[in-house]
Amino acid sequence: MRSVSIIGVGCTKFGERWDVSLRDMVAEAGVMAIDDASATGEQIDALYVGNMSGGRFVEQEHIGALIADCAGLSRLHIPSTRVEAACASGGLALRQAVLAVASGYHDIVIAAGVEKMTDVSSGTAADALAAAADREWECFFGATFPALYAMMARLHMRRYGTTHDQMAQVAVKNHYNACLNPIAQYHMEITVNDVNKSPMVADPLHILDCSPISDGAAAVVLAPTDMARRFSDLPVKIAASAQGSDTLALHDRRDLTTLDATVHAARKAFAQANVEPRQIDVAEVHDCFTIAEILAIEDLGFVEKGQGGKAVEEGMTALSGRLPINTSGGLKACGHPVGATGIKQAYEIALQLRGKAGRRQVDEAEVGLTHNVGGSGGTAIVHILTR
Amino acid sequence: MTTQAPRFWRCIPQRYNLIGTHCTSCDEYYFPPRNLCPNCRRGAQLEEYKFKGTGTVITYTTIYNATEDFEMQTPYHLAIIELDEGPRLTGQIVSSPGGIKIGMRVRPVFRILGKEGERGIIYYGTKFAPILEPSCSKERTP
Repeated sequence: MRSVSIIGVGCTKFGERWDVSLRDMVAEAGVMAIDDASATGEQIDALYVGNMSGGRFVEQEHIGALIADCAGLSRLHIPSTRVEAACASGGLALRQAVLAVASGYHDIVIAAGVEKMTDVSSGTAADALAAAADREWECFFGATFPALYAMMARLHMRRYGTTHDQMAQVAVKNHYNACLNPIAQYHMEITVNDVNKSPMVADPLHILDCSPISDGAAAVVLAPTDMARRFSDLPVKIAASAQGSDTLALHDRRDLTTLDATVHAARKAFAQANVEPRQIDVAEVHDCFTIAEILAIEDLGFVEKGQGGKAVEEGMTALSGRLPINTSGGLKACGHPVGATGIKQAYEIALQLRGKAGRRQVDEAEVGLTHNVGGSGGTAIVHILTR
Repeated sequence: MTTQAPRFWRCIPQRYNLIGTHCTSCDEYYFPPRNLCPNCRRGAQLEEYKFKGTGTVITYTTIYNATEDFEMQTPYHLAIIELDEGPRLTGQIVSSPGGIKIGMRVRPVFRILGKEGERGIIYYGTKFAPILEPSCSKERTP
């Protein structure tokens, strides 16, 4: 297997982008990434795009061909493939692209992600997202995504003494970071009190514990590491790419307060990269709800099981902490256009490792990690990136 | 609801009567029914099994903001319940607010789960109700 590097990155502004379409956004992110790689369209061998539900959100399937067309590459007739793993679609697109380059099948490959969610009502969007859960045995009985994570939160609070204030601090931190990120959906700081006073969605989760509905697209260009310097002065090496799966329904899991898919993907990723969790300098984790960030830092091995809430409270994961988590603002405050999220995470870590993250730059960041989850934990994708 | 009649009819035995699968090779119970036992795979001896329906609340939430199909029912309680035979499932609990606790015992009740509009089919199925102590037997099931 060949070593693979990121040679270019691009990301649109995330938010309620009523002025642009899915096509506009994916073309914008793709062009930025190709420009950043100093590459030309003719050099691209293949495209992968993560998209969860173009069919429900904009009534458009066949996103693979669409993005090749939008990117102006249709006359080159290169393979273009859409992949789907709910909210982990972007992370999976990156992994498929990594495999394509590592195997030697392709050289220069684009991994993109896009979701256009605000063209439908919030009720329709919630129902489209609910399709990531078990439609027959969870949603049929009234389950929603916040409800599934609320049930994990309730049990975590009971078992480990995690408090809602600790969860709220995840949102406070991620909003703070988002204020320093030009592409973030929200540029407003919030307080623990704001989270506690915001309307309840699914007890104990309030609306400010939840990531928003967003539009956005992101893209990265990959190349074999031994070709990377021909394109970029600051290539970022993909030291590990790992994926884990688990039962679709939350109620069938071994432990309702652990995402075993994350545990397994992380274990494989750390072994591949030959690094320990304590060597990670900066990480983007899947905080679709505040409790999800607490579960993630435990399941990735950054803290002991049950200590995630305390770690957040003590500032370990803040921008100035020992291990800054979600410097982009995370899904919570940078926004969560589901198919784009996994690629945006790689975009953010690439900026951090290149030293180009502006006011949210983590000093001396050399090893970074991305963690993207599908549904309530049926899929988890972990990538480790190094300078 | 995005389901249509045939899709619902297929699941009537499970949703009305909590019928699942018992593997006699490894003595594991499954709900919903399985065609393959993950423990024994092709060596499995599977039989249909009707669950007693009694169980214990593992975790729960109260939903204030639901998808369009359940908007009219908010707030409602949702729980993960461990049936006495072992498998877990997700279901609604009919109870007054504040009446649910982790570890609480529940029993099945037959209820309307939803409707396909004014003229469409009505979905029935199982919800769960607290098993009350004899001293407070005046039970309300909204």
